[in-house]
Amino acid sequence: MKWPLRLGVAVLLAGFPLFGGDFYVNLASQIFIAAVFAASLNLLVGYGGLPSLGHAAWIGLAAYISAWLYLRLGLGHWVTAPLALLATTLVACLFGWIALHATGLGFLMITLALAQVLWGTAYRWSAVTNGDSGLLGLTRPAPFGMSLDKPAAFYYFALLVSILALWLIAKFVSSPFGAALRGTRDEPRRMAALGYNVRLVRWITFVYSGFWGAVAGLLFVYYHKYIHPTTLSLTTSAEALLGVIAGGAGTLAGPIVGAAIVVILKSYVSGYLERWNLLLGLVFVLIVIFMPDGVVPGVRRWWSRWRGR
Amino acid sequence: MQFWIVQTLNSLSLGGLLFLLAAGFSLIFGLMRIANLTHGSLFMLGAYLGASMLKVVPSLWIAALVAGLAVAALGGLFERLILRRLTGNALGQVLVTLGVSFIVADLCLVIWGGDPIPLSPPAALQQPLVVGGIAFPAYRLFVLGVAIVTAIGLHLLIERTRLGAMIRAGVDDMPMARAVGIPISKLFSFVFCLGAALAGAGGVIAGPIMSAYPGLDTDMLPLALIVVILGGVGSLLGAFVGSFIIAFVYTFGSALLPDLAYVILFLPMIVVIAFRPRGLFGRQRA
Amino acid sequence: MSFTRRRFIQAAGSGLGASALGFPALVRAQSEPIRVGLLTVKTGPLASGGIDMERGLVMFLRERNNTVAGRKVELFVADSAGVPAQARTKLQELVERDKIEVLIGPLAAGEALAADDYIRQQQLPTLSVAAAEDMTQRNPNPWFVRGTSTSSQSAQALADYCAKQLKYKRMATIADDIAYGHEMCAGFQRVFEDAGGKIVQKMFPPLTVPDYATYLAQLKTNIDAIFLGFAGSNGFRWYKQFNEYGLKGKINVVGGMTAFDEAVLRNMGDEALGIITACWYSAEVDNAINKKFAAAFRSEWKYDPGFYAAATYVEGAVLEAALLSVNGKIEDKHAFMKALRATKTETARGPVSFDVYGNVVGNVYIRKVERKEGRLVNAIVYVYPNVSQFWVYDEKEFLKNPVYSRDWPPAKNLEN
Repeated sequence: MKWPLRLGVAVLLAGFPLFGGDFYVNLASQIFIAAVFAASLNLLVGYGGLPSLGHAAWIGLAAYISAWLYLRLGLGHWVTAPLALLATTLVACLFGWIALHATGLGFLMITLALAQVLWGTAYRWSAVTNGDSGLLGLTRPAPFGMSLDKPAAFYYFALLVSILALWLIAKFVSSPFGAALRGTRDEPRRMAALGYNVRLVRWITFVYSGFWGAVAGLLFVYYHKYIHPTTLSLTTSAEALLGVIAGGAGTLAGPIVGAAIVVILKSYVSGYLERWNLLLGLVFVLIVIFMPDGVVPGVRRWWSRWRGR
Repeated sequence: MQFWIVQTLNSLSLGGLLFLLAAGFSLIFGLMRIANLTHGSLFMLGAYLGASMLKVVPSLWIAALVAGLAVAALGGLFERLILRRLTGNALGQVLVTLGVSFIVADLCLVIWGGDPIPLSPPAALQQPLVVGGIAFPAYRLFVLGVAIVTAIGLHLLIERTRLGAMIRAGVDDMPMARAVGIPISKLFSFVFCLGAALAGAGGVIAGPIMSAYPGLDTDMLPLALIVVILGGVGSLLGAFVGSFIIAFVYTFGSALLPDLAYVILFLPMIVVIAFRPRGLFGRQRA
Repeated sequence: MSFTRRRFIQAAGSGLGASALGFPALVRAQSEPIRVGLLTVKTGPLASGGIDMERGLVMFLRERNNTVAGRKVELFVADSAGVPAQARTKLQELVERDKIEVLIGPLAAGEALAADDYIRQQQLPTLSVAAAEDMTQRNPNPWFVRGTSTSSQSAQALADYCAKQLKYKRMATIADDIAYGHEMCAGFQRVFEDAGGKIVQKMFPPLTVPDYATYLAQLKTNIDAIFLGFAGSNGFRWYKQFNEYGLKGKINVVGGMTAFDEAVLRNMGDEALGIITACWYSAEVDNAINKKFAAAFRSEWKYDPGFYAAATYVEGAVLEAALLSVNGKIEDKHAFMKALRATKTETARGPVSFDVYGNVVGNVYIRKVERKEGRLVNAIVYVYPNVSQFWVYDEKEFLKNPVYSRDWPPAKNLEN
């Protein structure tokens, strides 16, 4: 019963650019980017029990570093990409160490604060970031010489990267380490008593989450070919967090669904409805009332209740 | 010399304003362990309601009272109908409070439009106070006064009344308080309404300084969060002290270190949390 | 909750009829509606200006019965919420889904920069409202035409007025810490100091600072005036606090083109009287077109049109003039673009033409806030005609210098 569904989805994804039309293909690419971003955040929020409002830091850092290396040093993408990922991951190591002094709301606030520090730096340090004008004139990489400028080409690139990212994240979660992580989320004291270094487990997760956030950041800057400080804003982090929770934190499909909801409402529905912000809020409230664990767990429950009749 | 005096007065009045903003949030978070992220939008809603009230009855007090009651009523409905189902579901609380804040913010944009609406201070306080050649807005000192009175009032409520005793019991040990027969759910509703009322009334009192404009909610919410985290969860004294620390650091920091203007609000909090995760006066970990 | 009227004007069924009669393709194209996109901001802090942009343009089209140069117009409005990434997405929607042929907007500089490469790629004629300087200077987009101004275009004229007519010698500037604010203050500083004045203090509070108290306390009081480069409602908020600190009357206040816009003026009282600002528009501009426009706008929306409403109204007039000169054949993009840039026409702001980079050359009005018929207006006290983005400087020399920014031209007269 499952594999026909999977096959159908695979065919749909693979064939979409053939009938989708440029606008919808681009929209799909944006959903992929948001999905990777949300999935990386979900590692912390859903599996680690550590809600973060600073995830925009990773998109912003990776994007700016890649852009700066390309523009100022003229390095090719096959050099800027790993460098950007490495640098962002190192910053994640630092931020994780600082933030994990706290948990719960304190952790949330520190991650927010750290992202805001980066945001402010992006505005102020115009010598490097060009401040409010942003960095312009960026290009998309051309893996194996194939240009990604056409919507369909970028779509496939983003799709492949997203599949890889989600697969590796899923592997992480289902590994023994992932089990330990969930243990620290549910029963931190017991885990400590069992000899686990709870802080280390969380820190590793934080860094891994930052790495994939950076990957999303590279996809983001390649797609837009422009980076501006607003990408580092609280709104970016908040939308990602809301998407993860709405979709279902602690599930693999949840962040994908949640990210899709946010992107579709923001970029698509806003074309038809002036009050799309209100609708977004309403959707969140309704999800919480009817599916308090998120859309994916909620739908699963309804599905099994329907099947059980 | 003038610079130091005026900036000190600025810090004090900003601290008062921040306390009026953060007190409600601190109360709700301290007792109910709910981070009420609608707080910024309730503050903004109060300011808008106050602005409209002032067109009908030019008294800031009445406007603050009406706005406070209206926002309290809305808050109470929200708590009873929605938040109540989410006890223990911290992520769900984040989602629903932010969702409601989007709704409130967009409704404010529809009802009151995109332009900033000024609120007039009471006529008696409109002129600057001039002492020794230094002029300072009288209204800002008034706000400081209101903040101090509110702080004392809340302190007396919590420390000296039976209701306060019940609140303290709930904060310290909820299961035990329940076991002893304290009506926790009624208490929760009361505290949430009180927190919302403080937000709404606070918006009106701060109105003559801030004005009511779209975006007031997202400007104010992080400030409330910073104050409460810095000061320590569950502690009114923490919220009070935290407000003034943030105000001083921000006011002098922006003037003396303009390059750090964007981060100056967050640095004290990061520093305190890194070394003392409870915050300055917090009793439990956040 | 109402649905946006995304398509304001529907085409008459004429396209279908013409093709059935077998008319040649060119004529068929002529009777199809022109698809115009408006990229603006309808939610978030910039919403007030963005909504005015829509109102101005809708009024322009409605006055003409949605027909320009003999062709029907279909208008598509998109909301970018002021976020550059969102602006780019919305623009893609307008181009790929709604198939617009010409774009009016966007509002903010960051949005225009985010859309820059896409506009080039799509070869989309764009009538921009955003003020970022380099879009028509060092990084000119061949598909751009800007009927409003660069950030500093009006500020440079104002600096001249302050130095030569108001005889100010020492001034301070304060503006939002964004490119728009930096560029405006830089232009003001350059012209003011070239005329013999000194800028002794420059402040750039962050765009979303909650309170200006700390900046007011730092303000030097031994100056003649302060120049405000704020946008949106910040000028209004700052000025309110300025008065509360008893500084009114001690320091003169002059403002840039968005500091005391008509939209903000309506919420102010007598404390605003006497403020001098410079802008390429005022609701009081005395020509036939504007008299009609301002009166119609006021009777429909109950307030005077300001910067943003006039911006799209003027862009509409430029669009119309260009279309008329190509007989409505917008499909020939290159010819249309040439026509756009060659446009010389009368608009609500007065006569406009464009320089070789696509930026407007037109009047800059020095305005003073006065009370007229019971409401506050920006009365015109002086006109600088034919102001270009380069002021009186030589174009080549201007472009050799770096773009106006927080640090250029270097402020040599700052005092501590």
